[in-house]
Amino acid sequence: MVRNLDDLIVRTCSRIMVPFLQIYSLYVYVHGHTSPGGGFQGGCIMAASFILLAVAYDIGEAKRRFSERLNALFCCLGVFIYAGTGAVSLIFSDNFLDYSAWRHILPAGPVMARYYGIAMIELGVEITVMAVMVSIFLDLVTAGEQEAVLERNHD
Amino acid sequence: MNRLLSLCITVLAGLLLLYGVEEFPRWGDPQQPANVHVSPRYIEKTLPETGVPNAVTSVLADYRGYDTMFETSVIFTAGVAVMMLLRRSRGKKS
Amino acid sequence: MIEYLLVKHSYWFYIAMIMVGFYGMMAKNNLMKKLIGMNIFQWSIILYYISIGSKKGGTLPVVVTGQAARAADYINPLPHVLMLTAIVVGVATTGIALALLVILYRKYGTLEEDEIIKAIKQ
Repeated sequence: MVRNLDDLIVRTCSRIMVPFLQIYSLYVYVHGHTSPGGGFQGGCIMAASFILLAVAYDIGEAKRRFSERLNALFCCLGVFIYAGTGAVSLIFSDNFLDYSAWRHILPAGPVMARYYGIAMIELGVEITVMAVMVSIFLDLVTAGEQEAVLERNHD
Repeated sequence: MNRLLSLCITVLAGLLLLYGVEEFPRWGDPQQPANVHVSPRYIEKTLPETGVPNAVTSVLADYRGYDTMFETSVIFTAGVAVMMLLRRSRGKKS
Repeated sequence: MIEYLLVKHSYWFYIAMIMVGFYGMMAKNNLMKKLIGMNIFQWSIILYYISIGSKKGGTLPVVVTGQAARAADYINPLPHVLMLTAIVVGVATTGIALALLVILYRKYGTLEEDEIIKAIKQ
């Protein structure tokens, strides 16, 4: 069901494009403050770079660079970063998710602390969205039997 | 028979919605109720209060950050649900 | 009547798209086509909701630094924000629906609705 397509042009072009895709996703994330962009958009573009590898080569190529364990870890890490950034405000007797409490830790005023708080939670959102998109794609495409597909493609 | 009934229901629903379009405001009206209550405050106060010029990012992440946190947990739950539905380990043969 | 057509013509396109998705969800027999109808329905509602935030003569909601911002110069950012959440929820729903379709196919061997109902009733 998962075939091995052996085309030289597709493989070479996708191999060239993948690092540019990842740098572009980080660019879109960092410039979310002053132009359209942010966490969700950057996460989708980063997921697209792994899916491009899986489509042009075989599934094992994407899994070698982004294993199943790392995938599950990243899914949880993003939500943890988001909730953790909000919970630090509780320690300093502020409201939950009130980023101006970070001025006690970072050397910034109350206005710039909110700026940095927004950047931190967008990082959490980007990591979660990227990991979940790659995980859903790999699960659907192999219909769950990821180990069996890898074995079949190695023979 | 099924298709004819569905077509009639669809056309009826469309006509009802078109009848409701009469009450809508003009296209692009700056004084319509959606643009009047709280969004002028977001646009005017986003730079002095948060330091972020992009109003969409500051509303999404700061003024309405609680919604975004639960939305991130929704997409995490979807990933876990697809894993639970579809992955089968090597040990058991079903 | 002509003024009614000219001023509110955009709403007619959105209603047409919503009705196309609605018909697809009800009338088609294949489960995959029902899913595509649900997707069209969802995306056309998101499109409509974003469009109610437009203003005549407004620009992107990115405030130009160095001067005080007037609300009449920038389009409404609130529908964009709410619809970002809706888009992500739509992606989650579609992913889980596709996983359910894979399981149904694995169990019954077909994706037509009437054949599956007949196989369940036996």
